Amino acid sequence: MRIFAVPETSHHAVCHWLCQWLLSPSKRVHQKGKDTGRASGTLTPYFLFAWMISAASTLFAADPSVLEAEHARVAMIERVAPSVVAIFASSGNGGGSGVLITPDGYALSNFHVTSGSGTFMKCGLNDGKLYDAVIVGIDPTGDVALIKMLGRDDFPAATMGDSDTVQTGDWVFAMGNPFLLATDFSPTVTAGIVSGVRRYQYPAGTILEYTDCIQTDASINPGNSGGPLFSATGQLVGINGRGSFEKRGRVNIGAGYAISINQIKHFLDGLRGGRVVDHATLGALVRTGNDRQVIVDEVLEQSSAYRRGLREGDEIVSFAGRPIGSVNQFKNVLGIYPDGWTVPLVYRREGKRHEALVELRSLHRASELLAKPKGPEAPRPQRPQPPGDPNKKPTPKPQPDDAPHPPGGPAKEAEIPEQWKHLHEEKPGYANYYFNQLEQKRVLAGLSEFMSLSALTGRWKFAGQTADNKPFVATLADAGLGLTIGEKQVYFQPLDNTEPQDEPPGTGGLLIALQHFKQLVTTDPEAFSVVAYVGSQPLDGRGPTVDVLATQAGIVQTRWYFHRQEGRLLGWDSSLGNDVDPCSVRIDSTAEFDGRRCLGTWTVRHGDTTFGTFRNTAVELQAAK
Amino acid sequence: MIARKVPSRMTRLLKSLLCGMVVATTIAMDARAQSSAEAIAAVSPKVVKIFGAGGRKNLYGYGSGFLVSAEGHIVTVWSHILDGDSVTVVLHDGQRYEGRVVGAEPTLDLAVLKIETEGLPFFDLTQPTPTVGPGARVLAFSNVFKVATGDEPVSVVHGVIAAQTTLSARRGVFDAPYNGPVYVVDAVTNNSGAAGGVLTTRTGQLLGMLGKELKNNTTHTWLNYVVPISQLQTAITEIQTGKFAPRKTEDDEGSITSAPRRYSPRDFGIVMVPDVVTKTPAYVDRVIPGSAAAEAGVMPDDLILFVGEQLVASYRALRDELGALESGDRVKIVVRRGDQLVTFEFTAPRKETEP
Repeated sequence: MRIFAVPETSHHAVCHWLCQWLLSPSKRVHQKGKDTGRASGTLTPYFLFAWMISAASTLFAADPSVLEAEHARVAMIERVAPSVVAIFASSGNGGGSGVLITPDGYALSNFHVTSGSGTFMKCGLNDGKLYDAVIVGIDPTGDVALIKMLGRDDFPAATMGDSDTVQTGDWVFAMGNPFLLATDFSPTVTAGIVSGVRRYQYPAGTILEYTDCIQTDASINPGNSGGPLFSATGQLVGINGRGSFEKRGRVNIGAGYAISINQIKHFLDGLRGGRVVDHATLGALVRTGNDRQVIVDEVLEQSSAYRRGLREGDEIVSFAGRPIGSVNQFKNVLGIYPDGWTVPLVYRREGKRHEALVELRSLHRASELLAKPKGPEAPRPQRPQPPGDPNKKPTPKPQPDDAPHPPGGPAKEAEIPEQWKHLHEEKPGYANYYFNQLEQKRVLAGLSEFMSLSALTGRWKFAGQTADNKPFVATLADAGLGLTIGEKQVYFQPLDNTEPQDEPPGTGGLLIALQHFKQLVTTDPEAFSVVAYVGSQPLDGRGPTVDVLATQAGIVQTRWYFHRQEGRLLGWDSSLGNDVDPCSVRIDSTAEFDGRRCLGTWTVRHGDTTFGTFRNTAVELQAAK
Repeated sequence: MIARKVPSRMTRLLKSLLCGMVVATTIAMDARAQSSAEAIAAVSPKVVKIFGAGGRKNLYGYGSGFLVSAEGHIVTVWSHILDGDSVTVVLHDGQRYEGRVVGAEPTLDLAVLKIETEGLPFFDLTQPTPTVGPGARVLAFSNVFKVATGDEPVSVVHGVIAAQTTLSARRGVFDAPYNGPVYVVDAVTNNSGAAGGVLTTRTGQLLGMLGKELKNNTTHTWLNYVVPISQLQTAITEIQTGKFAPRKTEDDEGSITSAPRRYSPRDFGIVMVPDVVTKTPAYVDRVIPGSAAAEAGVMPDDLILFVGEQLVASYRALRDELGALESGDRVKIVVRRGDQLVTFEFTAPRKETEP
């Protein structure tokens, strides 16, 4: 009690003393000798300052711009708070935070929150209601999870901002449910500034790695995990997930980290597809050389980077459009991309600049990703170390703030709500295959323009001209696939169980690629041994965003690219093996032949070379005999 | 002499207050106009990352420092990181230099390093440093937790000056490595690797150097203190110019015994609330029955405000005031009780130990 009285007391004392000083200056002088000197030296300006401020505040009330800023802040928090989710494992063990990003209920959180929460979980919003939610997709490396809240199609959703515009010093607001404080699910708000951007945080004992993340001094505590970091204007710029806690118990000490929303955007469609998404590797080891150069130490011969010409000793100049001056920067850039993406790489060898588009490979084997921690790891705030035991301090490394236990309540087995059971389907490699099927259906709808071809499984014949004015004929029949260009070039691929060939040589297997197009549009896609929705990415690293659908038939893997917005098929890559360049077919235009829409002009590329552009002038499509 | 000056000072003061109120608003708005981002952009390049000895167990091998000359003089704290022959200094642009210690002042917990280069951005210590008090908004820059490496800018946290007080370098509850006035900040500025970083105003003016981590051994709470630059300025300049001679370490215990300790509250029958913080308020815990204080009517929970004409802001100030009394002195004590001020008078009792 006494201690709390101090500020008021000292204020009184101070005023009293000040009056004395003002009224009896001479006395004051006599006292000077006894004074410590310090008191009068530092306190006097302080009083004047304090007095000035209080006088100013009574005269001017408050600076209108300050009030305005405050109103704006309060309004912003009111606006975004409904989108903040309190997540509880349905077993009653542990929990964390999340944020809604679509009205139909998709919400982001941390993998380390949902990994302990099971397939179905309970989510509270600040309307005081508890909703069921189901896991959709996970990113164990990036510590992100996507869940879908159920029962409404008008959830209040946050707006995703552009985290690349966030700069050090910006005000940010962390929201969530630290220490599971809010029993009515209204989020706790903590304010801070951005302490640093594009931070790299080393993996902390697991595959979990924070790259290109936002560092903030807004309090991020156990239970905040998975909650949103908002900009001053209420844009979602990050997902809070980690803090440097070190030796002061597991509470915030001024350094928290949020996964940038721009990184999450890259993975979002993959997550919507119910996948266990993976991050990527270039297939090259780099080190920081002298003078802040980043030098390639080793390149895997199987990598796309090697095929595009990158060699040991080359200097990385820029990667994905960002200049590279340190290994951390390189890792930062690499870490924000999913596997399978194509990004521009600029490297220098003997003073000469080279530019290349490289495809990133997956960072982990499926087994590594699936070896996810079972159950809540330590869903309990660690008590501060007992006093007098300085030797048992935790190792100083950042750690994910595992969510604490909710207060009270014995742990129960998770009950899956009967109503929602159909929303989850187990399949290896997926967090929830049900959602992959949803996305497959959505993407395959983009084939509707080729619908009139679906019954025509007989012989196909394309005739036309290449860009260099040579006539060509492509024939896709049950017995085999053929292509003649001009008068002399004749290519053939039998379909009698012989291995798919690189025919014509140097295309990566164009004939097989065309055959797969026929198969996709004429038969049920289930005819492929594997069909999966992968996610979205910019076509060829620079083009429009496309949905990626992967199919496999025998050893041939094909990635189909559909325009993310318009839905139509833009092209596909078919590869005859794992570490080879695919045959890339890009649809420049479609055309109608006898009232049926089919390929019009299409371009074939392989690796660095363009094989040719083909324009169909006559198309003959037969139904099955 | 001062007394004569006071009236004119008062007029000036009132005038300046009136202007000040207008100016204060304008300044406040100006300060906002110069965004934090601009201040941060100006300060960050002057703060360096230091890597040296350590890196085992709980001994971190990294720290912070700041440039005070274009030729690469760097101010940091005196710590185990400097125990090796040299340290690595990484500038804001990622350039690495070998740094060597050119001087240190252990009583200030201060060391000055030098790297061989020129044309660097630096804090000009010849400029007057702003005076700020509790409530001032501040920024702290440091290589906390080694989050920043290479050319990444150091971390920035925001906070408010919570207090100005004095740290005593002594063993006990707070094992402070430094002796003297400090700013105490409400934000967690003093973490691993942060010592040697800077505290600035919101507009980027240098206020002081972030201190080490300081924990209260009894409560396990942590104090985030910052050494005002005015305390370090002379020593830094002397080290820089090669004129430095380490100060004689004052015997702390000696200086305490040299202050007169003739009377304590107990001599009047008053038992105070234990002195737990630097400025423990002078609250009466209990009154010894039958004592002078009990007879005068002093009561538990009274807060002693004045001894004579002297404000006693803390228990220690009270101790100093009473300690200076002579036998037989009349002393007036003003206490606050609830909303009232109550005055008591005592006579300093004759002590048996006196000759």
